Amino acid sequence: MMLSMEFLVASGIGWVTACGLWLLLRGRSFPVVLGLALLGYAVNVFIFAMGRLWINAQPILGDVGATVADPLPQALVLTAIVIGFATTGFIIELALRSRADSGTDHVDGHEPGQPGQPGQPGQPGQPGQLGDATGGQPAGGEGGR
Amino acid sequence: MNALLDALRLHLPVLPVLLPVATAILLLLLGDGGSRGHGRHQLLTARRIALVSGLIGLGVAVLLVLQADAGVLAVYRLGEWPAPYGIVLVVDRLSAMMVALTALVALPVLLYACGGWDAQGRHFHALFQFQLMGLNGAFVTGDLFNLFVFFEVLLIASYVLMMHGGGKERLRVGLHYVVLNLAASALFLIGVALIYALTGTLNLADLALRVPQVTGPDATVLGAAAMVLLVVFGFKAALAPMSLWLPATYAASSAPVAALFAIMTKVGVYAILRVHGVVFGDVAPAAGAAASAALVAQPMLLPLGLLTSITGVIGALAAQTLARLVAWLTVASVGTVLAALGLYGESAWSAALFYMAHSTLIVAGLFLLAELVGAQRGLAGGNLEPASPVAQPALLGTLLLLAAASSAGLPPLPGFIGKLMLLQASSGHAWGPAVWTVVLSVGFFTLIGLARAGSLLFWQVRQDLPSGASGASPRLLAATVSLVAASVALSVWAAPVMRYTEAAARQLADRAGYAAAVLAPAAGVSTDTTQPYTGRRTPAAGERR
Repeated sequence: MMLSMEFLVASGIGWVTACGLWLLLRGRSFPVVLGLALLGYAVNVFIFAMGRLWINAQPILGDVGATVADPLPQALVLTAIVIGFATTGFIIELALRSRADSGTDHVDGHEPGQPGQPGQPGQPGQPGQLGDATGGQPAGGEGGR
Repeated sequence: MNALLDALRLHLPVLPVLLPVATAILLLLLGDGGSRGHGRHQLLTARRIALVSGLIGLGVAVLLVLQADAGVLAVYRLGEWPAPYGIVLVVDRLSAMMVALTALVALPVLLYACGGWDAQGRHFHALFQFQLMGLNGAFVTGDLFNLFVFFEVLLIASYVLMMHGGGKERLRVGLHYVVLNLAASALFLIGVALIYALTGTLNLADLALRVPQVTGPDATVLGAAAMVLLVVFGFKAALAPMSLWLPATYAASSAPVAALFAIMTKVGVYAILRVHGVVFGDVAPAAGAAASAALVAQPMLLPLGLLTSITGVIGALAAQTLARLVAWLTVASVGTVLAALGLYGESAWSAALFYMAHSTLIVAGLFLLAELVGAQRGLAGGNLEPASPVAQPALLGTLLLLAAASSAGLPPLPGFIGKLMLLQASSGHAWGPAVWTVVLSVGFFTLIGLARAGSLLFWQVRQDLPSGASGASPRLLAATVSLVAASVALSVWAAPVMRYTEAAARQLADRAGYAAAVLAPAAGVSTDTTQPYTGRRTPAAGERR
């Protein structure tokens, strides 16, 4: 039995999405960033596939009567890719900053089982935290003067 | 002069987007004088530019409201490409109102930020303007994909603004906020792509005509796409199962940013109204209404809205700090608005718009007030525990009393009018008793929560602690007072505002009129709109008419 192209593309998107979601649910910032990237890839291919899958079709403009692939999803996916690049760059930088500031790559800013951040902004930090903040000021209550 | 006025009138719908982006670019070119820019001349210039731009933005918004109030449905075709092929900006009464609300919140918040917060990090003013561009763009666009793009613009600006001021707590919450929003953006794209695949269009006016025509198995998939979008918009608006991120994020943000975010939550509400209320709200005139994807969100929206209200007020009662209390009240007020949207009627939508205008202003004012109070209480800050007395108890106390009474819905404040409109609209509805019970008890518990906070903050003072704190600067006070006053003014001018929101709701329900205005040059809306793409290009159809 020959697999259809539709089945291959659909299951491929599904598999990448599943991997992305699994990584997204990890507790460390690096897998989370990877998960977001994978999710972005899956979504981009998905948008592309929503213009239907074409064989032997011209990409944008063709002769009258010829088959032409849907150009609009191509334009949409281009926009989505550009935005995806920007946000991925931002989240990588953010994850690095979080690692540097909190001394751990856990997404909650502290190792599981260790004393974490004070739950409320404005409280003085608890002693014994992993890795001290580098010049971070306490949140809140700063601007009222 | 006349030519200039004509050009202004012609390009008015695009100005709310262009003005902030031009200002932001100007501010970026100016630079911000480094991370310790306090008092530098660049910062002072940046403040002036931002405030002037904010004033002009308010003027543009007022012009848009006046234009929309006269019944003009302004359609701006970028590059003169005819809809639905080109991209359009559409300013109807709802869009104009949201743009005006954004400007009304932005200006005092900007003034407040100029009181010192803008020097706590880099490029505050440029990011603020980018955020305004995203907000205004989302409100005026008439295209679903452009809504996504403007969502991204405002989100990227919000990621940086949220962490403005730095600190570990902000960074920790900010990472969560960014990851959650990126996941939501992926879902947004899936929903948009599905809708495009099934209808062949992303123009909102065109979609409203197409959705009832899709039947059979396609309608099921289209309904699923709409529900995917409901998850995305519901996440932004903090709809019930997805509201837990909001208090953490808003409470950790600096006060002016949290106040600006009060309008950002309303983008989600606006998108739900536009997409699930209007586009997916029309039942097909012919038979087979049950088979189409129309009204797919209706059974969910009202119960989830009520649940959001309950969640919000429970959180408010349990809050340990004033900022967190206000953040939970934001959730509660969004729930009330979404419940009103879920009633799907013109009078209910009118109530939703009125209540949304009031709650946005009051929540923004409360966020600023929370910081003013916290700054005068020494080490305790905004924590709800006995501490040294505040320096200006009468002024701050009165402001808190006004804001509390209004958010709880006590007459004669606008919160009362909004809730009254909602209760009137819901009587006779099958869910009417539930709406009455929830709205009234949520109002009652809001009052309890704020009364507890107020008495703790202002009356249970510890005389053993040194007070020492000086009063807030006039600039910060002016910003806070003007937000609360703007909300109270809604009560004074309630009749014209109500007339406006009623007309806005009527205009939203008039899908044919909207489509006729947007798709006008096509002259034959029903025959010549888009179809799902087939790949065959015939000489007669296509891009040229």
